[in-house]
Amino acid sequence: MSGDSPLLTVEHLNARYGRARILTDIDLAVDPGQVLAVIGRNGAGKSTIFKSIMGLVADRWGRVTFAGIDIAARGPAPIARLGLGYVPEDRRIFKDLTVMENLAVGRRPARPGLPCWTPERLFTLFPNLAEMRHRPGGRMSGGEQQMLTIARTLMGNPRLVMLDEPSEGLAPRIVEMMALAILELKREGLAVMLSEQNLHFAALVSDRAVVIEKGQVRFHGAMAALVDDAAVRQTYLMV
Amino acid sequence: MGFYVAQFLGGLAQASSLFIVASGLSIIFGVTRIVNFAHGTFYMVGAFVAYSIADRVAGAWGFWGGIATAALVAGGIGVALERLLLRRLYQSPALFQLLATFGVVLVGQDAVLAIWGPEDRLGPRAPGLAGRVHLLGQAIPHYDLFLIVLGPVVLGLLWLLFHRTRWGVLVRAATEDREMTAALGVDESRLFTTVLFLGALLAGLAGAIQLPREAVTLHMDVAVVVEAFVVVVVGGMGSVTGAFLAALLIGQLQAFGILLVPRITVVLAFLVMAIVLAIRPYGLLGRVPALPRGTADAVEPPLRPASPGLIAVALALTLVLAALPVFAGDYVLALASETLIMVLFAASLQFIMGPGGMMSFGHAAYFGLGAYGAGLVVKHFGATMVTGLVAAPLLAGLAALVFGWFCVRLSGVYLAMLTLAFAQIAWSVMFEWTAVTGGDNGILGVWPASWAATAAPFYELCLGLSIAALLLLRRIVFAPFGYAVRAGRDSPLRCEAIGIDVQRFQWLAFVIAGVLAGLAGGLFAYAKGSVFPTYLDVPVSVDGLVMVLLGGVQSLVGPIVGAVVFHGLETQLVRLTDYWRLVVGVIIILLVLAFPQGIAGALGGRLRSGRSGTGEAGR
Repeated sequence: MSGDSPLLTVEHLNARYGRARILTDIDLAVDPGQVLAVIGRNGAGKSTIFKSIMGLVADRWGRVTFAGIDIAARGPAPIARLGLGYVPEDRRIFKDLTVMENLAVGRRPARPGLPCWTPERLFTLFPNLAEMRHRPGGRMSGGEQQMLTIARTLMGNPRLVMLDEPSEGLAPRIVEMMALAILELKREGLAVMLSEQNLHFAALVSDRAVVIEKGQVRFHGAMAALVDDAAVRQTYLMV
Repeated sequence: MGFYVAQFLGGLAQASSLFIVASGLSIIFGVTRIVNFAHGTFYMVGAFVAYSIADRVAGAWGFWGGIATAALVAGGIGVALERLLLRRLYQSPALFQLLATFGVVLVGQDAVLAIWGPEDRLGPRAPGLAGRVHLLGQAIPHYDLFLIVLGPVVLGLLWLLFHRTRWGVLVRAATEDREMTAALGVDESRLFTTVLFLGALLAGLAGAIQLPREAVTLHMDVAVVVEAFVVVVVGGMGSVTGAFLAALLIGQLQAFGILLVPRITVVLAFLVMAIVLAIRPYGLLGRVPALPRGTADAVEPPLRPASPGLIAVALALTLVLAALPVFAGDYVLALASETLIMVLFAASLQFIMGPGGMMSFGHAAYFGLGAYGAGLVVKHFGATMVTGLVAAPLLAGLAALVFGWFCVRLSGVYLAMLTLAFAQIAWSVMFEWTAVTGGDNGILGVWPASWAATAAPFYELCLGLSIAALLLLRRIVFAPFGYAVRAGRDSPLRCEAIGIDVQRFQWLAFVIAGVLAGLAGGLFAYAKGSVFPTYLDVPVSVDGLVMVLLGGVQSLVGPIVGAVVFHGLETQLVRLTDYWRLVVGVIIILLVLAFPQGIAGALGGRLRSGRSGTGEAGR
């Protein structure tokens, strides 16, 4: 695979829950080492894009290619093993498991050419976690859980991390820490795809942006272009 | 004093084996979320395999080697079960998984019968542990002391396994959130296979170590699985430590309860369960289950009123059925009457399970109490059939009023287990209260009035009452009351928020189902001419479940189809072969695999999708 071809390509992705159509013909791509922001209001379908890529939505169709492999029909475990990391919006920490045990669940073998994450390395990225190695996940604050869920996914040594609303519900100081962590991941060579309602946060860390409204792509381009395009922002984001 | 110590130690020994079998069940449920009725089959196979080996190979090798082999054989069967059957059902509704494992129970019973024959077997004493130790003037078997130690040892080993190995951590993670575990790249299918191996191995071990203590029989599977369920539910589903505590509690209660009321030990366990669940709805160490995720929480498609076609078919069918006595003989009419009674019974169960969303393992209570309602007024007051048929739903309805008040406070498997507990309590009352109920001998001479004494009028009576009841249920489901009950099933929180007292509606629904099941029971008493405690026993509840699930839980036509198919099948097969359980079991398994929404549900789904052209099947 050449360095220029996209790491993740999504073409005509559709999804529905029961009778309700959530996504219509979503197209997007993430290049290696790039950060893509998926921006849209509450209920626009951002989380469903992530879940559909990850194989967590039963009723989905379309083309999804990751690292040159067609993953459209695969289940979540094989997709994760290819190096696609997923951090869900609701964090889904294992509450009965300690921090170290949560990290152990995410552990996968190292991938050549990519950083190999160990708990110790993750503790330098998220110093708060180092203090509570043996604390059960259920007894951590929201911000700490958010760090743990990202750290847990990084233990799988992914090529690309999908972060669903990483800044949601966090104190400003923690949001800033998240932004720094994402930039650090990018420096390590990871590709990142994140969803956001917060344009400022997205603009801080992303190279490119996709704007989603009612399950459809309304804008696809450079982050800087979106920041400059008042019309698109006003129409689809009301900011 | 010494006597009580001996009782206490005996209780501990009993608790150990209870714990070992229950821990396996709990672990399997925790990860796969499958209520595995076939767990008792692992236990029974373990006991038989250990017996065979100890019988052939003398001495310590035969006995202890037999136990080890038995555990491994049971584990292997667990792996086969997961690979061949359960794996295909992880996305199915919980009740279909239950039905499939029940099919496995039937197959297992006949397989064991074919291999080992129908005789009860008595195992040898444990070599090296055959003696007794004298304590405060009481002889305590060495083997009991061994069991007392074994329980905590197994608990400790399981704890180490779950906390000190990566496999154990993965199992705990999957117990909490299966989908997220998969999204982190954990291979679920391998995990599930190994979990089934461990769970079945523990059940096989528990069965094998019982060899010196009790006879090995063909009936131990259901007895054990029911007891193990009680332990698991009291302890909290999925909690191994909870299972240990519950086993201790129940073991002791049985050891001392037998001193107070000799024949009540079985019921004691259920009484404990009823009390624990009333105070702690999720068991001692259980926690509120997380909301089901992913495809499991698909919303039930709304029920539709009968189409003109269906009404026409129903009318035609009714006319044909009404005219049946013209061209059918007495045997066919008797069979048809019984089938109609089963249809009524199944429809009443479907009403609380489908629209009501309440899973019941103990619907036999209301069927049986209905039969007793009729039988008792005949026995004690020489009442007429009409009075009997009024007393039947009355007694069943009263029981449903009392039991239901407790049951609707719970949900899911816990609710199901509480219904089972009440059914077992009702059973034991009828069984023990000999002075009034005749106990095991039942009540004889419950014959129809002279106007209904021949097959034809009795059949017409059954037909009339069943159809009236079915129409009533249909009317209720499509009345505002039915909307409220269904809304309570789909979203209890939203219902409460708009001012619907969900539990109150569920309670009423429970009583309606009880009344109609009682009517079925009353008719059944007159059809058979007698009433026995077995009418309230577990197999009757299971028959009801199978009929409803075969027909499709959410289909109003379902219980009719299910009852006719199942009852017809059973009656015919019993006449044709000794191995009818095997045939029924295999058919159930194949049906579940082919139609995970039930027969009527599947046909309905196919018709609907054919019409709308989307090819989309509901559930």
